[in-house]
Amino acid sequence: MSEQSIIISILAAAVTAGTPILYAALGELLTERAGILNLGVEGIMLVGAVSGFIAAVATGSCWWGLLAAMAAGGAVAFIHGVLTITLRANQTVSGLALTLFGTGLSGYLGKSYIGMPVPQAFKATTLGPLSDIPYIGPILFRHDVLVYASYLLVPAMAFFIYRTRPGLILRAIGENPAAADALGFKVFSLRHLYVIAGGMLCGVGGAYLSLAYAPSWLENMTAGRGWIAVALVVFALWDPWRALIGSYLFGGVDALGFNLQVLGVTVPTFFLSMMPYLFTILVLTLLMAKSGGRVVPPGALGLPYDREDR
Amino acid sequence: MRNRYVILALALVFAAALVLGGCGGGDKKPAAPAAPEKMKVAFVYIGPVGDAGWTYAHEQGRKYLMEKMPDIQSTIIESVPEGADSERVITQLAEQGHKVIFTTSFGYMDPTINVAKKYPNVVFMHCSGFKTAANVGTYFGRIEEARYLTGIAAGKATKSNVIGYVAAFPIPEVVRGINGFTLGVRSVNPNAKVKVIWTNTWYDPAKEKQAAVSLLDAGADVIAQHQDTPGPQQAAEEKGKFSVGYNTDMSKMAPKAVLTSAVWNWGPYYVKVIDSVKKGTWKSEQYWGHMSDGIADIAPLGPMVQEDTKKLIADAKAKIVKGDLKIFAGPLKDQSGAVKVPAGQVMSDKDQLGWTWFVEGVDGTIPK
Repeated sequence: MSEQSIIISILAAAVTAGTPILYAALGELLTERAGILNLGVEGIMLVGAVSGFIAAVATGSCWWGLLAAMAAGGAVAFIHGVLTITLRANQTVSGLALTLFGTGLSGYLGKSYIGMPVPQAFKATTLGPLSDIPYIGPILFRHDVLVYASYLLVPAMAFFIYRTRPGLILRAIGENPAAADALGFKVFSLRHLYVIAGGMLCGVGGAYLSLAYAPSWLENMTAGRGWIAVALVVFALWDPWRALIGSYLFGGVDALGFNLQVLGVTVPTFFLSMMPYLFTILVLTLLMAKSGGRVVPPGALGLPYDREDR
Repeated sequence: MRNRYVILALALVFAAALVLGGCGGGDKKPAAPAAPEKMKVAFVYIGPVGDAGWTYAHEQGRKYLMEKMPDIQSTIIESVPEGADSERVITQLAEQGHKVIFTTSFGYMDPTINVAKKYPNVVFMHCSGFKTAANVGTYFGRIEEARYLTGIAAGKATKSNVIGYVAAFPIPEVVRGINGFTLGVRSVNPNAKVKVIWTNTWYDPAKEKQAAVSLLDAGADVIAQHQDTPGPQQAAEEKGKFSVGYNTDMSKMAPKAVLTSAVWNWGPYYVKVIDSVKKGTWKSEQYWGHMSDGIADIAPLGPMVQEDTKKLIADAKAKIVKGDLKIFAGPLKDQSGAVKVPAGQVMSDKDQLGWTWFVEGVDGTIPK
């Protein structure tokens, strides 16, 4: 096996392994931009994964599965919204409860679906001439539809947040909800909207695991990816492009570990398992340092907004 | 402001209810006993019964037991963490009047021994450990014998002579599996190599699949594994290559790829134990079952397995069951070609339980 093809295989693996994390990170990014911290990503992903799987088995179509995952992800996130936005509960507590809830609920719902094959999974499709471009084709354009959709989602979200009026309002309700409220924006409804939208994206991240990456349902199959997504959002400084870099880095270094083993490089395996975390943190910290070294989260992140509170 | 604390309190109660609900959900008690003298048997599991691997296999064993012996009553407790929690759970089960308690994970060893001291009339059976007492027995099976047979299937199926093995943790149990498998491969195909990579996971479908993909990219055309998920099997299926499963029959997850699987079959042993307890003939022992007891076996061979391979496997199985074929009999060479077990000898159980080197034909290293 030539060195080139090894590099290509690592980079292609980076994309597939990074995609579920990317979806979840984008969902959390949207939620946090609106000022709501949602630590329930892991739970939402699991509910999304199981709902998507059940719907795909019931209907025979992975597209219905995807829709169900989005609906379920949105619904679970809505619980968080009601607790933290409407009732102003502590966001950390509610988010942690949501992870426990999602883990338990998904295990319960999925009990009879374990070991079942899915009738239709998202399969890799080529994109005509794009897939034949040397190097870039095999790395970027020989994946499934959900990966292609994420290519579009990142610039779309960046454009939305930085270049559109609704994006400006989104940032406003996350930075200073009182001011946004005074300007007449519906802070509560908008926060609900973004929490639900973020939950839907986390649901897609879960469904990517159960319907595309390893098409099956197994309890706790996200194996901590939701938490990685939450951490990535911070290191990515709430920016979609950096979230993309972080997700692919994480996936890539993970794959690199296996390829090093295949090549017969002896590296302690526990170090290999540590590497994706270390490397991602390192690179994103460098990126952070380059941008001034300050971590500035949305101003009102984690704070419940109360009109009566001044 | 007051409102906020009420909500916070509610959220906490909600969270607590979930946690408790999550634990309590594991208890499963069949309908009220018709006759009060039904013997009560309990199983303590490390994972959920739906893990599609280790715990699932034990649960199948319990179901088999209930089918064969409808006159007993059984309780299961799922997802019990090793350590102090397990001691509490086991004590509670003994207190509730269970006559036999199966503790099915290595880390339950000391808790089982501790509880057993306080309940001398209860029989404790600990899976995969090495400590016993008058009322504590241990049990485990030589799955390597089944892996040897799956190795024959893999050795005959490979064209590139590179077989990938997605290994879990570098511990003797896993090393033994790899060695048994490799010896099976080399018994029919001396040119084949078994390439090993470690994932350091028991349970991460996506990661284990990725590991298999890198082996396939490196030229492997058959994939074997030790983890509890079918991720590696799916990788083989997608690339149009073959695979060998573990724990349970994994052919459902990758019908075109799975040649066969090395599977646990605890049921008959559970029946034997309960039967001897009932008759009063049970004695503490360290049981490390051979394939002849049916505790380890292979799943039905897939349709892609050639006739001559089927025959080779059937012959080897018959020999193993009869005791004519000892898979770890000398001469056993290590990776450098040095003879570690001379001809005419069989590797001792003690050496097998502490195995830290690969046999010839394995391409990989054991991290220290």
